[in-house]
Amino acid sequence: MTGPALRPAAARRTPAPRERTILSPFDWRRPRIFVGWRAMHVALFVGLVGFGAIPIVWMVRAAISSTTDLVQRPLSLIPEPARWENIPTAWNLLDIGHYLVNTVVLVGGSWIVQLVVSVTAGFALAVIRPWYGRYVYGAFLVTLFVPGTVTLIALYLTVLDMPLLGISLVDTPWAVWLPAGASAFTILLVKQFFEEIPRDLFEAAQLDGAGWFSIFWRIVLPMSKPILAVVSLLSIMAAWKEFLWPLIVLTDPTTQPLAVALPRLAQATDPAYLIAGMLIASIPPILIFLIFQRSIVSGIGFTGLKG
Amino acid sequence: MTIAPERLRGSAPEGRAAQAASPTPRRRRNHRGRNAALVGFLFLLPSLLVFGYFAWWPIAQSIVLAFQQTNLVDPAEWVGLRNFEILFADPLLGRAALNTLWFTVLSLAIGLPVPLLCAVLMSELRRGGTLARVLAYLPVVVPPVVAVLLWKVFFNPGESGVVNSLLALVGLGPFPWLQSPELAMPSLVIVATWSGAGTAILIYLAALTGVSTELYEAAELDGASVWQRVLHITLPQMRGIILVLLLLQIIGAIQVFTEPYVMTDGGPANATVTILLMIYRYAFLFGNYGVATALSVLLALVLVLVSALYLRLTRSWSSR
Repeated sequence: MTGPALRPAAARRTPAPRERTILSPFDWRRPRIFVGWRAMHVALFVGLVGFGAIPIVWMVRAAISSTTDLVQRPLSLIPEPARWENIPTAWNLLDIGHYLVNTVVLVGGSWIVQLVVSVTAGFALAVIRPWYGRYVYGAFLVTLFVPGTVTLIALYLTVLDMPLLGISLVDTPWAVWLPAGASAFTILLVKQFFEEIPRDLFEAAQLDGAGWFSIFWRIVLPMSKPILAVVSLLSIMAAWKEFLWPLIVLTDPTTQPLAVALPRLAQATDPAYLIAGMLIASIPPILIFLIFQRSIVSGIGFTGLKG
Repeated sequence: MTIAPERLRGSAPEGRAAQAASPTPRRRRNHRGRNAALVGFLFLLPSLLVFGYFAWWPIAQSIVLAFQQTNLVDPAEWVGLRNFEILFADPLLGRAALNTLWFTVLSLAIGLPVPLLCAVLMSELRRGGTLARVLAYLPVVVPPVVAVLLWKVFFNPGESGVVNSLLALVGLGPFPWLQSPELAMPSLVIVATWSGAGTAILIYLAALTGVSTELYEAAELDGASVWQRVLHITLPQMRGIILVLLLLQIIGAIQVFTEPYVMTDGGPANATVTILLMIYRYAFLFGNYGVATALSVLLALVLVLVSALYLRLTRSWSSR
């Protein structure tokens, strides 16, 4: 809550590239609006902290508390006493390291597959533009209208007995890696980005005798770091959150990621240890988000819709 | 997937004829056009394989499987509408449909207005905007399973549960959240909203920056209050994105799975059995993939119907 006297200074510091919004500077000078909106903003922050941050802080607190402390003082955000040893104990007891490695392997493979598929398809459709490209693109886009859960069973049976190949991917990481690539959304993103690259560059390179592959490798890929970053972040975060599909195709507990293992472990584990495991499962995506929040937030902004 | 290799083989000898017939600007450079068709195909190969196996084939298979009986041991048997008969004889189907509808209605009641209001408030922040975005999006980043397990702890019945302790501060409760047939579904909606609202807020915020602002000036001169401006200038300009998000929320809510599966497993007294939970049970508990697929096809039909109806309604609204 800074006083109204400070605002002109703040306005001078940012040299007004920003258009006016719903409220004008004049509105802000009217006491009723000023007080009302400041109150609503305070309420907004209280709500955001209460709903967004405190449950996560509580999870941290519960992970290093004793179960009796959790029962006796459920609302406290500070453990009494703090039991840091919960985390190594849970790590060993629940074999979290093993599940974490599984998770990282699954996420890493899904990421690479998604990147390879979307970049090669985007290059073919946006740069090479073969005559049949638009039909292929249309066939990609059609899949956006069929939610994954609707074809879940057929997808499972496909993975169980791959047509023409006659092999089963179930209980192997391929069952998670390969279907992750079938995302028309990332192809759409990459294609749109590649289309913005001036075609003169490609023509010039071709006159110099460059083939499609060196155009791809030497011109397009080095220019695409921003879109590669966005696609990477979206695919890594999505793969880390995946639950239903790995639950179905990874029935062997030794191959499961942490997300699938946790509910199974929940039935026979001390709450404090379980929450320590939940915390460990949440830290990597939260860290990735906090580090890359600018590109993630703007990525969601300009890509628009990603449930 | 069978088309692609033929096209590869065919493109070399017949390429010239195809190029000559197609009225593309690149017709002059025959050589490059043919090269493009071939190299383009090589670049498309990974995506064609992945989509062929994991998108197009399952979509086609779903329609076939719905009319078959398969136990994965014997060859699949064509059973006509048997699967649908079994499905409609299951008394749980009506219950699951109603539960899913109830979940959808509840999650729209919270999930539509709250993010919109948050986004409007956040767009007027002079400082702390980044912090607000981070706070709003933080729950989205938490893996859904962790979110569900965490809220399961919050919803512990009895006085030591976190939610009940909070309510006790204002003299309410304790409530048996997940153990009561009436409260179980609203509890799941709270968890789903917690995990999903951040995305909606960010999308609304992005849309708010695209609202053209000249009208505010005029409205202000005409003496329109702030809320009148929101109501008559901001919201109408955001109508498109609001309607799209509404549709996506409906489609997402109809497919709810993780929350009922992990939190309540359909209970108590089948109060949280959803359509997707039924599909899962038919396939992976009873091993009846045919019936599970039949229900998936019905779900797909409902989703298509909802989208079509929705697009029709919104078109007639927006043409007004």
